[in-house]
Amino acid sequence: MTRQKLLDLYFMDARARLIDLAAFLDRIDRGQGEADFRLNALRQAIAELGKPDQGRAERVLLSLSDPTLEPIAAAPGKGAIGAYPG
Amino acid sequence: MRYIEPHGHMVSLVTDDYLDMATAGCQAVCEPAFWAGFDRSSADGFHDYFCQLTEHEPKRAARFGLPHFCWLCINPKESEDIALADDVLALIPKFLDRPTVLGIGEIGLNKNSRNEVKVLEKHVDLAAREQQLILVHTPHLEDKLKGTRLILDVLQSDSRIRPERCIIDHVEEHTVRRVLDAGFWAGMTLYPESKCTSARAVDIVEMYGAERVWMNSACDWGVSVPLAVPYAALEMRRRGHSAEAVDRLIYQNPIRFLSQCPKFKLPA
Repeated sequence: MTRQKLLDLYFMDARARLIDLAAFLDRIDRGQGEADFRLNALRQAIAELGKPDQGRAERVLLSLSDPTLEPIAAAPGKGAIGAYPG
Repeated sequence: MRYIEPHGHMVSLVTDDYLDMATAGCQAVCEPAFWAGFDRSSADGFHDYFCQLTEHEPKRAARFGLPHFCWLCINPKESEDIALADDVLALIPKFLDRPTVLGIGEIGLNKNSRNEVKVLEKHVDLAAREQQLILVHTPHLEDKLKGTRLILDVLQSDSRIRPERCIIDHVEEHTVRRVLDAGFWAGMTLYPESKCTSARAVDIVEMYGAERVWMNSACDWGVSVPLAVPYAALEMRRRGHSAEAVDRLIYQNPIRFLSQCPKFKLPA
């Protein structure tokens, strides 16, 4: 598919998501108290978008993932939160 | 358009969803055993659930001309309790001969704990002994990469397991390559917030091919869309994929994998 057609299909959606992300970061700035590790994780993931090479989606996912290999001693609960605290 | 919903938690849906799916071209639904959103207190709860999956739900689907199949297991979200898991694992063989049971699933990992791994190994052993197909759930969000690696280790360390008889579900861009390279089938789950959007799922097909891939909605009691598969088909058509390519991915591929179980048959 041509880049022109892909822009026709997806530009408005990407634009809207980008503005949502920008507004989210502004909202966090206006908030009170300390942020937790998720904000830094998100900022590191965002940095992947500025790199020119392919594989941005994969690198964003990797940057938010637990990189370890050993099973943990016991499940602390059931849910996931979207970023690895380190 | 025709499609198979190869992974839908229909017990969570209202009957109108069956009507919508049948109207959209669904030809069959397959329902893996799942966490109910709360922990069951004993194996008796699973016995009733397995009866619901093998007796009640096929009747509900049949009202709309939809064959309903299922997979059985104790879901990884309830695998931390080994004693409960053992009780449920002991129940499963009694249900495997039922005419709509396709195999063991959705097994796998949730938080990647030691007990979850033990219960996964027990399920894999059961599937190998009973020569069952396997459907694997990979963990959510930050746990998916690690969980996928651990799951592949378990499956690949059992010489009785044939990768072409296992589908590893909920793959994303950071896990799909290692699943396909190891010879397994890969499932892409279409969720509005987590897992894959339609656009990303079609990206993955374009990058990695559609040979051993299916798409599913995994529709359940959470935020999910029962018609996600036909919506993704529309996304493919918008991108210029042919009707034949769409049919191959959302209809022929699930049939190709599921037909490895002789009980999976569609009405003529």
